[in-house]
Amino acid sequence: MLRFLSQFGRYVLLLKKVFSKPEKPSIYYRQTMQEMIYLGFNSIGIITIISFFMGAVITLQTAYNTENPIYPTYLIGLGCRDSIILEFSSTISALILAGKVGSNIASEIGTMRITEQIDALEMMGVNSASYLILPKIIATLLFNPVLTIISIFVGIIGGWIAGVTAGVITSEDFIYGIQYAFIPYYITYSLIKTLFFAFIITSVSAFQGYYVEGGSLEVGRASTKAVVFSSLLILLFNVILTQLLLS
Amino acid sequence: MIRVKNVDKSFNGTQVLTDISVEFEPGKTNLIIGRSGSGKTVLLKAIMGLHDVDSGEIWFEDKLFNKLDFTGKKEIRKEMGVLFQASALFDSLTVEQNVRFPLDMFTDKSPEEKTERVNFCLNRVNIINVNHLYPAELSGGMKKRVAIARAISLNPKYLFCDEPNSGLDPLSAILIDELIKELTKEFSMTTIVNTHDMNSVMENGEKIIFLSDGVKCWEGTKDEILHSDCDILNDFVFANALAKKLRLEEE
Repeated sequence: MLRFLSQFGRYVLLLKKVFSKPEKPSIYYRQTMQEMIYLGFNSIGIITIISFFMGAVITLQTAYNTENPIYPTYLIGLGCRDSIILEFSSTISALILAGKVGSNIASEIGTMRITEQIDALEMMGVNSASYLILPKIIATLLFNPVLTIISIFVGIIGGWIAGVTAGVITSEDFIYGIQYAFIPYYITYSLIKTLFFAFIITSVSAFQGYYVEGGSLEVGRASTKAVVFSSLLILLFNVILTQLLLS
Repeated sequence: MIRVKNVDKSFNGTQVLTDISVEFEPGKTNLIIGRSGSGKTVLLKAIMGLHDVDSGEIWFEDKLFNKLDFTGKKEIRKEMGVLFQASALFDSLTVEQNVRFPLDMFTDKSPEEKTERVNFCLNRVNIINVNHLYPAELSGGMKKRVAIARAISLNPKYLFCDEPNSGLDPLSAILIDELIKELTKEFSMTTIVNTHDMNSVMENGEKIIFLSDGVKCWEGTKDEILHSDCDILNDFVFANALAKKLRLEEE
């Protein structure tokens, strides 16, 4: 418990350092743009592939589990849409990004720590925590909602193609289903979750990397910890946010 | 002038520095020497403010550096140039961007002025036509020279070098030593070099302090070091066969 409180205290102090006034906003702006490409744009591929197959599987599983004539087939489209919007595009994508982006951030910052690059920044009078972490947080907060929207669209398209190709639903029924009883707030809910998850992934992974001590082995450990703790916090906050936003 | 007064430092109950007092003079290459694990790097990092000391004072001119807040330290740090043991060049930036980084961060110079300054610093350390290369594409000696160029880009008053010629061949090591000595004179910097290389000591040691187990055992110049009556220092200085031979010949 004491160790947890000590680590949490360090995390809060790091965030305080991260959100202090930037030395030169123009350089931070440039860094943020680079991080958006590096952490956001470069994740479009994996999110697209995963979302496509996720949508396909959801549609097929919904179809095989609702083979009752009482249920209209367009409900398959509705089920696919709501599952993707409410849970899969935000939470599952966040878990995937915790693996890809989180480990990347922890190992990048950790390597900078053990090769004294962070010391070099500090020695120049640069707030290293802010310079290295703030652009990553802003970039993921701005870009992860875009990834979620892409994931929603691609997931639904994946479901549609799989459903029609497997012959479990007609194209008309699926399209009718994804429009049926649509609640726009679900998108807002999904995007709010995405923002929380983006912050968790970036800040927790950066924290793990920033305080690495030792060598490459410790960087590897920090990278693993970043993924594990980010994923656990995503799952925990998923429950909390669902209760707060949907109850 | 940098003054260290009665500095103590421990890590997890292990005493690493004990009652260190020393003055480092401007325009001179000041050396901290000692065996591996003697506390050289900890002392250097304590002077630079990367380690907080348990007790004692570190003065930069008339400012008590170790008691300053982050902003106060930041102002003095802008006058420091540092050459780290592993060079610490930023992997994601090219040579030019590395040297330009402090200028981008802390000056309002125009892009042309910055480029001019970058080229001056790179030329000064004899690095030509590698502006577009990344650190991973450079040799160890070139990395050190680029790191020196970055360290001097803001015209620092203080230069700190942590084992500047570790991992270098003897010729490159001599070149780096000469460069540090020349730059110290040229820019009247207070330079502190951390080393256990006796070639550096004999080449650059205008003022030398010897640490053993975190205690300052000896202080003097390169001319005095060969005639010291400090046994631990003599064990260190005459550890290699060549030095032993020279001593025997002298005797």
